[in-house]
Parts: sequence; C-alpha cells; structure tokens
Amino acid sequence: MTRPLVELEGLTVHFAMPRKSTLERGPGSVLQAVSDVSFSIAPGETLALVGESGCGKTTLARALVGLYPPARGAIRYKGTDLLAMSARERKHTRRAIQMIFQDPYESLNPRLPVSEVITEPLVIHGIGGRAERALRARELIHLVGLPQDALNRYPHQFSGGQRQRIAIARALGPAPELMVADEPLSALDVSIQSQILNLMGQLRDQHRLSLLFISHDLAVVHHLADRVAVMYLGRIVEIAPRAELYDTPSHPYSRALIDAIPRVGQGRRSRGRSIPGDLPSPLNPPAGCAFHPRCPKAQPVCRNEAPVLAPVATRPLQFAACHFKE
Amino acid sequence: MNDLSSATPAAEIAERPESVWQLRWQRLRQNRAALAGALVLAILVLFVLAAPLYEWAYGLDVNDTDLLNRFRPPSARHLLGTDDAGRDVMARLMYGGRISLLVGLFGALSAALIGTLIGLVAGYYRGRVEAILMRLTDGMISLPLLPLLIVFAAIDLQKLGFSEEFVRSPAANLYRIVLIIALVQWTTVARLVRASTLGLMRREFVLAARTQGAGALHILRVHVLPNATSPIIVALSLSVGEIILLESTLSFLGLGIQPPTASWGNMLNNAQELISRAPELAFYPGFLIFTTVIAVNFLGDGLQDAFDPRGDSAH
Amino acid sequence: MLRFILSRLVQSLVVLLVMSFVIYGLIGLMPGDPIDVMVNSNPGYTAADVARLRAQYGLDQPLLARYWHWLVAASGLNFGYSRTYQQPVLAIMLPALLQTAKLVLIAFAVFSTLAVTLGVIASLYRGTIVDRAINLLAFAGISIPVFFLALILIYLFAVRLGWFPASGMFTIGGPQSFADSAKYYVLPVLTLTAAFGGSFTRFTRASMVEVLRMDYIRTARAKGAGPTRIVLKHALRNALIPVVTVLALSFGSLMGGVLITETMFAQRGMGKLIFEAILGNDFNLALMGLLFATSATLFSNLLADIAYAWLDPRISLT
Repeated sequence: MTRPLVELEGLTVHFAMPRKSTLERGPGSVLQAVSDVSFSIAPGETLALVGESGCGKTTLARALVGLYPPARGAIRYKGTDLLAMSARERKHTRRAIQMIFQDPYESLNPRLPVSEVITEPLVIHGIGGRAERALRARELIHLVGLPQDALNRYPHQFSGGQRQRIAIARALGPAPELMVADEPLSALDVSIQSQILNLMGQLRDQHRLSLLFISHDLAVVHHLADRVAVMYLGRIVEIAPRAELYDTPSHPYSRALIDAIPRVGQGRRSRGRSIPGDLPSPLNPPAGCAFHPRCPKAQPVCRNEAPVLAPVATRPLQFAACHFKE
Repeated sequence: MNDLSSATPAAEIAERPESVWQLRWQRLRQNRAALAGALVLAILVLFVLAAPLYEWAYGLDVNDTDLLNRFRPPSARHLLGTDDAGRDVMARLMYGGRISLLVGLFGALSAALIGTLIGLVAGYYRGRVEAILMRLTDGMISLPLLPLLIVFAAIDLQKLGFSEEFVRSPAANLYRIVLIIALVQWTTVARLVRASTLGLMRREFVLAARTQGAGALHILRVHVLPNATSPIIVALSLSVGEIILLESTLSFLGLGIQPPTASWGNMLNNAQELISRAPELAFYPGFLIFTTVIAVNFLGDGLQDAFDPRGDSAH
Repeated sequence: MLRFILSRLVQSLVVLLVMSFVIYGLIGLMPGDPIDVMVNSNPGYTAADVARLRAQYGLDQPLLARYWHWLVAASGLNFGYSRTYQQPVLAIMLPALLQTAKLVLIAFAVFSTLAVTLGVIASLYRGTIVDRAINLLAFAGISIPVFFLALILIYLFAVRLGWFPASGMFTIGGPQSFADSAKYYVLPVLTLTAAFGGSFTRFTRASMVEVLRMDYIRTARAKGAGPTRIVLKHALRNALIPVVTVLALSFGSLMGGVLITETMFAQRGMGKLIFEAILGNDFNLALMGLLFATSATLFSNLLADIAYAWLDPRISLT
C-alpha cells in the first residue's frame, strides 16, 4: 500500500467566540468547527467530503491549506506533520496543496488582469522569471478551455463558470499534487456545473492529481469520487468507497442524505426526502452522538456515549461512527 | 485530445463596456459644482505659476521693499498697488499662493501617507498592534486641533538638536509646517484605510494569496492597497481645503510661514491694523483663500459622490 | 449601560493621563524656560546662581521626574503659578472659563438651531433652488477662514457701519447691564455661527434625506399622515441621532474657532488665554489650559458616544 499523500489525524479546529462585554469573567464560548477528524488521501485518489452547510467542511479545507491553526491533532503531508516542518518544507507543501474556492466572484482580485491572477502563485513562490510565467499563463489558460485573449481581460468581464476556470488555472500553475476544491460548483448555474465538473475530472486525470472535493450535493460527487466521507457537525460520521456509500450507506445520516437525492421517475421517492429538524449550533453540540436528536434510530446509549469510526461488519473498507450502523 | 474548448467560451465572455473608473469619471462630469471647482482651481494654479512671468513683464522683484511708496493704489506699474512695505501686492499674492497651495497639497499627501501606513499595519496585523495604533488614533482625534498645532509650531527646534542656521532657514520653515499639519491630519485616513483593510483581508482573493504563503508586503501591495484607493483619494481631496485653512490660520497668527516668504495667511498678519488704512490689502489674500478652499471643497464633494460605493455597479 | 459608561470613562481618563505627559514634554520644548527669563531680566545672576535656581526649581532633573512632581501636585489640585499673571493658575482660569462658556453656549444655541432648521428645509425642498442656495451658503461657511470672517464682520459692522463694537466684552466705565454687554457678543457669535453652522447644515440635510428615503416614512405617508407631521414626528428624531454625535465630536475644532474668535475680539476667554500662554512661555498656564481643552474634548466625545447609544435603540452597547 502506497504511503498516503495527506493524512489527517484527530484534527480539531476551534474558534474562540468574543466575549459579550469586556467586563465578563471566565472563558468565552468556543465554536467547535472541526472535532477529531481523521482520514487520509492517497496519491491520485479523489476523496469527496459531503455534509450540510455549516458542518465544518470549509473550515476543514482551510485548516488543510494552512489558513487556520489546529487546536489539536495533526496534518501530515507525505508523512511529516505540517507544524513540525522546516520553513522550506512548509513552503513546498504550500505549492503542493492548492485550493479552489467556492465563490468565483470573490476569489479573484478585481484589480488584476487574468494573466496576473493566474501567475500570482508563481510569483509568490518565486517560480520562473517573467518570460516563463507568461508562457505558463498561456499554457494554463488553454488547459482550462479559455481563449488566449482572456489573459488581458479583467475578472468582472467573465461569467461565473469562466471565473471558476480561471481559478482552476491558477491552482494548476504551481504543479500541485493535491487540489482542495471547496464547493466549486455551488455558486454556478446548473447547466455550467457539469462542464466544470468534467473539466476538473479531465485535468485530474491528465495531471494525476489527488483531489479533495467538498460538496453538499451527493449527486454531484458521484461522478468524480473514489471514496466519500460524510461530515456532520464537525465530525466524520462515515467514510467509504463510493459504491458502498451509495448502495449501502451505513450511518443513518448518510442514508438520509442518499434518500434526499431527487431521482427521476421513481414515483413516491422522486422528490427526495429531507431530514427532519435543524442543524444544531456548533457552539453547543448535543451530548454523545451529535446526530441523535434527528436520528430515527436514536436510543439512550446514543445520548450518553459518542460512537467512534469503526469498520462495518461485512464491509471492512467502510467506516461509520454509529452504535447501530448497518 | 483536448476537447475542453467545447464550452465555446469566446462567445460567452460578457463584455462589460465600462470599467469602474470610467463610471466614476462620468458621474463626476455630471456634477456641475465639482466641474466649476476644478476650473477655478485650474485658473488659480495658472495664476500662481505665472508669478515669474508677471515679475518679468513689469520689471519687478517680489521682495523689493520701497518704504517711500507704501500703500500706493493700483497703478500701471503695480497692478494692485503696494503693501505696507512698498512691495508689489500682485506679485506677493502670486508667490504667496504658491506656498499656500504647496502646503495644502503636500500636507494632504503627507497626512495620507502616514494615515495609510498606520491603517494598513493596523488592519493587517490585528491584535495588539491594531489596538495600540487605534488607541493612538482615537487619542489624536480627541485633541483640540488648533491649540495642539500652536504648541507644535511654537516648539524650539534647537532644543531638539537642530542647528540655529537650519532652524531659521525658509526651507526648514516650510517642512515644519507641512510636517506638523500632517501629524494632526493623518487620523481620518488612518481610520478609513484600517476599515478598508479589515474588510479586504477577509475576502477570498486575499485568502487565496495567504494559502500560497504570501507575506505582508505582497498582500498589502498587490491586493489591499489597489482596492483601497478610493477612500484614500476622497479623504485626501477633502483634507486639502482644511489644510489650506489651517496653514493660513497659523501664518496669520505668526506661527506658520515666516516673513519675508509670503503666504496668503501671513499677508494678513497685521490685517487688523490694515483694516482702517487699506482694507483691500486684507481683502485680497482672504478672498483668494476662500475661493481656493471652496473650489477644493466642491471638487472633493463631487469626488466623494462619484466614488460612492453604493453607486458602483455590483460585479 | 452603566458598565459602558464606566469603561468609557476609564478609557478617557487614561487618554487624558497620557496626553498630560505628552503635552508636558511638548511645552518643555518651547523656547526658553522659566529660569532663562529670570536671568535675562537680571544681569546680576552668575552661572552658579543659575545652577542653584535650576536645582531649586527642579529644572535640572530628567523629564520623568519633573513630570511626576507635577502630577503629584496636580492631583492635589495644585496647578502651580502663572508666570505672566503672578497668580495661581486656577485663579486665572476660572473667570476665563466662565467667559468662554458664555460665548460657546450662546453660539452653540444659535448655530445648532439655525443649522438644523436650514438642513431640514433643504432636505424637504431637495433639488430645488432653495436647497442649492442653502448648500452654497453652507459651503461658504465651511470654506472661509475664521479669522478672515471675523475681519470682514469687524470691518463691515464695526468700522464702516458702527453698529457693533469691534472688540471687548463690555464698555469700560459704562453700565454693567445686560443690554450693554449683549452687543459685544453679536459679532463673535455671528462669526462662530457662520463658520460652524455650515457643516452641520449639510450634515443635517444629508441625515434627513437618508431618513426620509426609508421605508417607515413611506408607511407613515401611506397611512395618511400629512407631510409636516411626518417630518416632525418620525424623521427628525431619527435624523438627529447622527447629528448629535457629530455635534459633540466636533468640539475639538470648535475650540480652535473659539481661540481665534476670542483673540480677534479681545475677549478674555480660555481660547485667548491658552494662545497667549503658549506664546508667552507661561508654562504652567499653557499646560493647564491645554489639558483643559483636551479634557473638554474627551468629555464631549464621551457624551456623544453615550447619547448615540442611548438614542438609537438598535445599537447594542455590549
């Protein structure tokens, strides 16, 4: 088994909430965005991370690329903990792990022409001189299917889908090994989504990239993923190979998500079933299993004891955190 | 091999006909008061630049005193007559205008520079640094402006270690005025720039740069500053008028530009005495100050309207 | 609410303390020191005398030590002696404070009423010639130097027309009546009104325009309320909230205007006192005068914050 490219172990990310007044005593409340998350991504593998809005997916992605410090746990790149790295090694990982953001209208600086947007990572990392960067920009814009004259234009002159292509081109520039895509399609029109999805798939294959694809939409993920991780309230509740998750979801939450996918022409289930209740506040997560207030299978043990990720009885590659996993 | 171009992007690129700057320029052009202000300013600048020309045409030197010819009315030789030391009034107005306009411009630029630096640092580094800088800014804002300027102006530079010769030179005088005005005027720009920086640091294109490990200099230079120029420009233009007023007040009180260098303010130095003898001599410089400041204010007001972010079309 | 006031009060006191040190240092940088003046007026002093005097007055000590001594004395309300007037500083300042207070209160009443009235009118007749005229007038007020305005008023009304006196606070040797001293206030108040009324007029207008645009005004209109009632009842109260804060916050520049006005019209108020103390190297008086001006500004900022928080129910204090 090849060594994983990236490994998360017990990753926990907290945000301290500001106190309501400067004269209050004691610690303020803490927002537990990510709690004890562990998984790994192999070279060339595509791992999808799904969950409702507010479950901590974006925080996880940003912690992975170094924007948020972990409160506990480790992020390992090729075996070395990011925090234990030398400055040089750290710089190298910043090249190797690239991110595509959700909002194509916000992730590009409106004052920079597209050529500068795309080559900015190269400038920051000191890769190549002017001429090389210009050449690379031409290469990249072609790779994402935009014409060469796009390089001289400004982001506001492009549509959402095109801007996302520009963002992809930017991420490809430093020849990364892992791309973290944080809901790259959510802000796009449905008709454009499949184009961008296909583009990402093709580029991934061409450049043999690992991909962490984050989405709230299981239907979209089905196309690209090798494995799928399901996240709820900052915790991974299930992680399994794609086929197993879609055919035999183990955790009740995963099952509910699958059921919620609208299917064409299947009568009563065609509109999909939504999950009852609301997502609890991450400032005050439920005791025991975080899902128990909304779970159809909840029992007293679920309130008292938090389940851990463990392999499902007959399918050892599938892990779920549930006392009553199937 | 590569069928990525199946998206036909060439047809899709929505060509926005105007950039943000063009929109602003259009809005500014529609503001007649602002245009009038700009025109008046242009005339004034030409006026003060024409000083050497005027001297040459009339065979004068602005510094020539002639105590036998004091307070002469306008004549063919002296277009506006002579002042209390026999000097040509018109020439003094022209040269004085240079000083007043220079102080206004450079004072505003220096204040903007200081304020921008402080605002950028406070907004970028946050935490303790920001708290200290903002307390400093708030502290300065809460001080009475003119009394503080008077104290600054009254300081004996020799006590700080400067040589007597330097202290008395007109160049030092000018730098000092510009500096002390900048020292009290930077607070507005600092607040604006800090607010802009705070907002910009949270935007995703800045986050994208930070994931690459970009340092403070890169982020501030490439991302923050270019997107923060509009509030800076507006604050700058609005402060020019205020600075011209401050300089003229200081010079009037005898604490600003020192004679024999002329400035519109110090030409009014002994104005209260002149009132009875030759009131026009008090009127001309004051009127020019008023005209300049009101023109600058109309222009600055127009800029503010043109740069109003609510007017900018959303992306 | 009380917590808020307390914490802001503490903040203001800290700023005042820091400023007292800064101003103390700045004053020390002014030309000469008390000993120099003494020495210059009496050639009999030798170098030894000078050194002895310096030690006696504590002027040979480092800045921090001197500041500390001053601070200790000041907390006991001992603010030292004024060199120019040969009296305790407090004795000089109090009557001057009274004089300035009179001027400021009258001027404030006049220009705030005028500014709000004109601002409201301008907002109601937005876009018409009335609005443009008021706007022009306001701009003129903002753009004219205070001392020049005073000069013009003196020339017009005192020198040419003789309606009002050019300077002073009361007629020397004349009746100490209210009517007599009233005419001495007309020109100074007019000066301050013209200079400061302008920006408040514009601000009131902008604030009213903003409020009138809002939905709840349209609701009131739809309910059938007549225009005057709408204006007075709903809009004004809300529009005044930012105006009140701006009024209080501009106290700093008002002090400057007062300084000039008092100097031009020879009124013995705080402004003139501070100015002359600085120029005359009267250290103690200058220091206390500046500190007074600073604390007045800080206090008015505090009032503005509190008033704003209190008047606008949407703002949370915490």
